[in-house]
Amino acid sequence: MTSGQADTRAGLMRSTPLRSAPLRRAGRPWTATLLRGLLFLILGLFVLYFTLPLFVMIVTSLKSLEEIRQGSLLGLPQEIELTSWATAWGSACIGVSCHGLRPYFWNSILLVVPAVVISTAIGAINGYALSKWRFPGSDVIFGLMLFGCFVPFQVILLPMAITLGKIGMAGSVSGLILVHVVYGIGFTTLFFRNYYVAVPDELVKAAKIDGAGFLAIFTQIFLPLSIPVMVVTVIWQFTNIWNDFLFGVSFSQGGSQPITVALNNIVNSTTGVKEYNVDMAAAIIAALPTLLVYVVAGKYFIRGLTAGSVKG
Amino acid sequence: MRNMSLTAIAVIVGVSFATAAKAEPQVEVLHWWTSGGEARAIQVLVDDFKAAGGTWTDMPVAGGGGDAARTALKARVLSGNPPTAFQMKGPSIQEWYEEGALSTGIDAIAKEQNWDAVLPAQIADHMKCEGKYCAAPVNVHRIDWFWANPAVLAKAGVAMPTTWDQFNAAADKLQAMGITPLAHGGQSWQDATVFEAVALGIGGNDFYRKAFVDLDMDALGGATMVKVFDQMRKLRGYVDPNFSGRDWNLATAMVMNGEAAFQIMGDWAKGEFTAAGKVPGKDYLCAPTPGSGYLYNVDSFAMFDVKGDDKVTGQNLLAKLILDKKFQKVFNLAKGSIPARIDVDLGEFDYCARRSAYDMNVASSNGGLLPSFAHGMAMRNAQAGAITDVVTRHFNSDLSSADAARLLAEAVQNSL
Amino acid sequence: MKSLLDRHLPKIVVAPSFAAVLFFVYGFIGWTVYVSFTKSRILPKYELVGWLQYEKLFATPRWYVALDNLFVFMVLFVAIAIMIGLLLAILLDQKIRAEGVIRTIYLYPMALSFIVTGTAWKWLLNPGLGIEKVVRDWGFPDFKFDWLIDPEMAIYTVVMAGVWQSSGFVMALFLAGLRSINEEIIRAALVDGVGPFRLYFHVIIPSLRPVFVSAVIVLTHLAIKSFDLIIALTHGGPGYATDMPATFMYAMAFSRGQLGQAAASATVMLATVSAVIVPYLYSELRRKA
Repeated sequence: MTSGQADTRAGLMRSTPLRSAPLRRAGRPWTATLLRGLLFLILGLFVLYFTLPLFVMIVTSLKSLEEIRQGSLLGLPQEIELTSWATAWGSACIGVSCHGLRPYFWNSILLVVPAVVISTAIGAINGYALSKWRFPGSDVIFGLMLFGCFVPFQVILLPMAITLGKIGMAGSVSGLILVHVVYGIGFTTLFFRNYYVAVPDELVKAAKIDGAGFLAIFTQIFLPLSIPVMVVTVIWQFTNIWNDFLFGVSFSQGGSQPITVALNNIVNSTTGVKEYNVDMAAAIIAALPTLLVYVVAGKYFIRGLTAGSVKG
Repeated sequence: MRNMSLTAIAVIVGVSFATAAKAEPQVEVLHWWTSGGEARAIQVLVDDFKAAGGTWTDMPVAGGGGDAARTALKARVLSGNPPTAFQMKGPSIQEWYEEGALSTGIDAIAKEQNWDAVLPAQIADHMKCEGKYCAAPVNVHRIDWFWANPAVLAKAGVAMPTTWDQFNAAADKLQAMGITPLAHGGQSWQDATVFEAVALGIGGNDFYRKAFVDLDMDALGGATMVKVFDQMRKLRGYVDPNFSGRDWNLATAMVMNGEAAFQIMGDWAKGEFTAAGKVPGKDYLCAPTPGSGYLYNVDSFAMFDVKGDDKVTGQNLLAKLILDKKFQKVFNLAKGSIPARIDVDLGEFDYCARRSAYDMNVASSNGGLLPSFAHGMAMRNAQAGAITDVVTRHFNSDLSSADAARLLAEAVQNSL
Repeated sequence: MKSLLDRHLPKIVVAPSFAAVLFFVYGFIGWTVYVSFTKSRILPKYELVGWLQYEKLFATPRWYVALDNLFVFMVLFVAIAIMIGLLLAILLDQKIRAEGVIRTIYLYPMALSFIVTGTAWKWLLNPGLGIEKVVRDWGFPDFKFDWLIDPEMAIYTVVMAGVWQSSGFVMALFLAGLRSINEEIIRAALVDGVGPFRLYFHVIIPSLRPVFVSAVIVLTHLAIKSFDLIIALTHGGPGYATDMPATFMYAMAFSRGQLGQAAASATVMLATVSAVIVPYLYSELRRKA
């Protein structure tokens, strides 16, 4: 794609996906029909592969515990029961409070929204500086940030705990936000940098001649161009932070725990009685926001990636 | 702006001083009892605590038999923000005390309530740090239980075995009839649970103590241990092919619906039977596994070294309430275990619980009262983990018993 | 004055992030390396004891299993996810009417954590409950799919679930890549009479090289960090046949109070990972600079 950089401006603006579907032009009509059939067969098989786990979860959440104990896990429910959904949302006991997932939902929102906004903003400005205002060592800095993505969180958990204690942010939501922002820098910077690399340098040069400075060019030229990559980054960060368990359980205090911790408490008890239908309903409820983001913003996601963030 | 925030701080400091002066009891309790009977059991404590004028902040973290909770605990302690009390048991208590994290502040309450007299001496010792109480026990779970389906046993014409040879004979009979003799979930802690019951039955009380309490290398790698592994290999043949990774409660369900005859599991298994409306003695049987010992798991709450009068008062109140007779009764009725106190009336408890209490009494006088290693009572987690690794590897491969015993000794040595 | 500030502004803007990364990533790696040379048990201690923890680590049979599994898993996971992702992207790019729906179905697993899907996967793969039982009930009594409970094969079920989660995302990357290929190149190739398969293998796929780089980065990072996946699906079992460095390290640090040992394993893991990743990142970043 290196050679294609000049025409990416056009790519940025193009909202409808390209055109020619090369396989379609292949050979004689009957081969085409055959290929088309094969195509749908493969796509269909994969649809099955991708939906099976979700199917199991939904079906189980609708069964009564009695039916789960006796019957096949994959069978359809004999009669549909919605009680486990109500229980999971509003009255399942997590420790001693029996209010279901509801209170934790709000905890997660309070945590995820600021963390996503801040880390996206940081990624944008970093990506801009590291792609269009390169300075000696900027590539090294980028490389170092990127390598940070590869460190497993279990490794940094304890030094992070010590640090949070030292700076007085232990057990606070702001401390947890800080953690997510810091470990989001690598990927958000990567997304924005790769996106901005594809924006022609001439644009920056022209603006400079007009007397615009670093910040002016960023806010007036780059930010308006950035909607697609922002969608990508927000989806990525939102999913990762919403689904995080390890940091959430370690750096939060009783009462401010995120939803994954509550879900884990419902699903993962070791010596307690298991209610699989409630477990499954709870799991789906906890996943609804991220599912929703993917379903609603999925279209823009591909578009955002198309517009340049996958360029090297 | 700056002045504003200074004022705000002054107000907050003032408020916290004010509460400190009044010292309303306050606790934040980190535990992993999150579901069903467990949660109902802990609710009893919370209600008592609130009734006594305290504030209870709940911090439940389930998963991996406390692994996730221990992770959270470590992060909390290192960040200088420990919980007031943590669900902790066995030698871990003393280990954390050595790291300087625990407090012996409740010792005065313990003296006042005369804990030494109402707790079995051995259990009291688990609660002490350098001779002073630093933790309060809530219950005693027995680990070495057979849970069996009486209808299945009757159909096969076998009795509850009292030796492992009898068990093997019964299992062969059951297998010939197409019934799975042993319902088992292949998770490492369940493998270890079965293993310690076998070790107790085959090696006897002294062997068990030597190997798993004293960590004697000769016992760990010796001829008796080879025999223990031989029996484990036999048991491997008695489980169904799909045992890997199964949750313990699904194994219990196999016993319940007659697919399998026996399960070896601690007495929380009762909760699963009870939830399905089954009655002990009629729908299911409980009996100790072979041997004259009694493997216990005592759940307790360790008190952390926390600042602030309100929290210290909270710890004292918590300790007092935990050892309360009524609490010990109500809590354990819900949890399936028996009270740690020996002077609680067991009239309302079921047959299995009364049997457990009786056996505990006998065992504590004849040296058979032994800590469960699989549940973190006998040794520190480093050694317990090393042993579990070897046990689960042996059970899930064709490693020979002799090699397994040798590796066992090596692994313990390496973990010290 | 203003121009001086402006000249340094890019550095000033990047500086806080860079400082944070230096401290929170590299400082913490340094801390971990240091702790690996101590006798730390449940809490960190700072007295040095030399290579003791490394000697113990490499005397632990389970550690070798974990290392082996990381390589098997990483190679298969990255390769298969890229193959499936690319295949699905190419197929979806054939003007499919239901593209929107299918794409969302392929993509949604990325939105879920394994805390959510772990149990469902465990059931599906369990021979007595899931796929094997269902197929047998359909009238194929000899059907066998018991990888989950076979110590030799269990790691491949982990790959299956991992691929399930990530290949949709890889598909999205490739689909985006396909959609931004310069149409002129394709037209020129078609004019030259290049057949459709040659077109893909010789023209289109090679031009997606930057997408491969992104995919490899995202997938390797997921492979190295895969922890929830293992815990939820097999918990390292049967035995410890599917243990991985991340779960090994976690067990040592948090369940067993062997912090020094955990730090040593983390250090070895990071060293091996960087030996693979750094040269790759370096060459790919250089190539386009």
